[in-house]
Amino acid sequence: MTMSDVVLEHYNYWVVIVLMMIGMYTVISRGHLLKKVIGLNIFQTSVFIMYISIGYVEGGTVPIVEGGAASDVVYANPLPHVLILTAIVVGVSTTALALALIIRIREAYGTLEEYDIQKLDQDAESE
Amino acid sequence: MLRVSDGAQLILIILLPLVVAPICYVLRSVRVVWLLTLATALSCFLMSVGLLLVVLDTGGFSYHLGGWAPPVGIEYRLDLLSAFVLLVLTAVFFVCQLYAGSLTVASSSKEVPPAIAPAFFAATLLCIAGLMGIVVTGDVFNLFVFLEISSLATYAMISLGRDRRALTAAFQYLVLGTIGATFFLIGVGLLYAETGTLNMREMSMLIPDLVDRQTAFTGMTFVIIGLALKLAIFPLHLWLPNAYTEAPSVVTVLLAGTSTKVAFYALARMVVSVFGVETVVETPLPRLLLIVGSLAVLFTSAQAILQANVKRLLAYSSVAQIGYMVIGLGLLTTEGLAAGFVHLFNHALTKTGLFMAVGIMMLVSLDARLSSLAGLGRQMPWTSAAVVITAFSLVGIPGTAGFISKWALLDAALAQEAYLIAAVVVVGSLLACLYLLRLLDVMYFQVSEKPRESITIPIHMVTALWLLAIACIWFGLSTEYSLSVAKLAAASMMESL
Repeated sequence: MTMSDVVLEHYNYWVVIVLMMIGMYTVISRGHLLKKVIGLNIFQTSVFIMYISIGYVEGGTVPIVEGGAASDVVYANPLPHVLILTAIVVGVSTTALALALIIRIREAYGTLEEYDIQKLDQDAESE
Repeated sequence: MLRVSDGAQLILIILLPLVVAPICYVLRSVRVVWLLTLATALSCFLMSVGLLLVVLDTGGFSYHLGGWAPPVGIEYRLDLLSAFVLLVLTAVFFVCQLYAGSLTVASSSKEVPPAIAPAFFAATLLCIAGLMGIVVTGDVFNLFVFLEISSLATYAMISLGRDRRALTAAFQYLVLGTIGATFFLIGVGLLYAETGTLNMREMSMLIPDLVDRQTAFTGMTFVIIGLALKLAIFPLHLWLPNAYTEAPSVVTVLLAGTSTKVAFYALARMVVSVFGVETVVETPLPRLLLIVGSLAVLFTSAQAILQANVKRLLAYSSVAQIGYMVIGLGLLTTEGLAAGFVHLFNHALTKTGLFMAVGIMMLVSLDARLSSLAGLGRQMPWTSAAVVITAFSLVGIPGTAGFISKWALLDAALAQEAYLIAAVVVVGSLLACLYLLRLLDVMYFQVSEKPRESITIPIHMVTALWLLAIACIWFGLSTEYSLSVAKLAAASMMESL
């Protein structure tokens, strides 16, 4: 198996890694709090895709057992999909809470730039 | 002999706060909500005492959710260690709720206004439900869900702080905490891909054969880093000082006594029970834990000395104490683990008590700056006496709880001939001496510039503080229930699985 086969056969995992890095980089490098939340979302989404990829079974079909199903039918693994439904719910709640905090921060500071917020805090301290 | 009612108690102890939380949110009277929360906390505490007694008798039992046997269903598993940590959690939670009774008194309810106090109590209940869930679950994905339940409640509680910096502290913790939890999730996914199971016991049987596989190794790494972020192991501790400093005192006492403790439990559970000592010894992990633990003790203790804010000083000290526990885990011996867990217990008492005392003094000083506490030793002799007791316990003066755990840790390090580690433990205590002496010096030997009006301290706060201060001395003189149980728990953990 050549290198290009390895890359192509696991292309979904490569997408996961690229998305994960984009998300992490956004969280670290951006000073705007809203952009940080967007980065966090991209980061989490990459994990969702990873779990869905884990559930893939070659030649597998939808895991619904119909009456008297033949035993030679191959099903995709539904468990990772169920797990990630839970994790998506957790992700949505986290985002909601983050956005609520952002609204409060905006009200209290009048800005969402991390640098400006730190500066405002320092000015308040030195007074 | 297992009785059905034990399993029922195990699920009830989690469900009770989860069910009471929304009720609290709907009710409007602060006093009613507080009494309801206190009753819930007391029931949880009594149940956990009962569960510990059962476990001491039988050695542990499981409850299968919905009657589905593992590995298909989710298993809640209570062994000696989880019963011990559960008891610490519920005890600290009960005392913290007693302390939070001050919110029903008008003079001290400025910290959390009555309008949002019901929401605060609901959040504490959700937080403790999540933390207890982490302790009892035997399923790694379930652990992630409970981790996020407790974390979300914690972010909300921190943002209740009066200063606007509480909002940025909560946001910072939210970002870092979510990254940590997501790392844990990645690790669980990779481990599931390799082992095909989420049950801790099943996984622990399969992992020894898979260590050479890169996927399993990567999964373990992600799990450990994710939990390390939640635990605030140096250098992943940056969120902790801000969160502890800006949160209201009623929240800080709860955080200091519970959340990092549970994260340590989860890390120890994953490393020792799931990955297994034989597997982990082959990796650089034990050495790494010893190094970061030692750095935490030295570096953050030194940072604590430089702080001008009391709460921040104590928060840095907390990171240092986490270092001690991590050192205990890094030794990977029964004695080391026992020392780690008994320190978990003693530090939960000590630091919660210390934060409570500071919270009481802030009612008078109205400020968390160290200089604003000047002269309080004379004005508030009883509260200051409690500060002295808990501070002694934090340093590890003989006769207090802190001495027991530091001695146990020193013993464990010397048994492994890790003299450098032993030296770190001693130097850490000396540094703790320095930063706490600064606090005591300001309180007792400096005079306040402006006169303060004297106010009556709510009886709830005083009772809670003295319960912990007396416990600090009690568990320094009698180790029957702390060190002995921790040793038994560590021994059973190293043997089983």
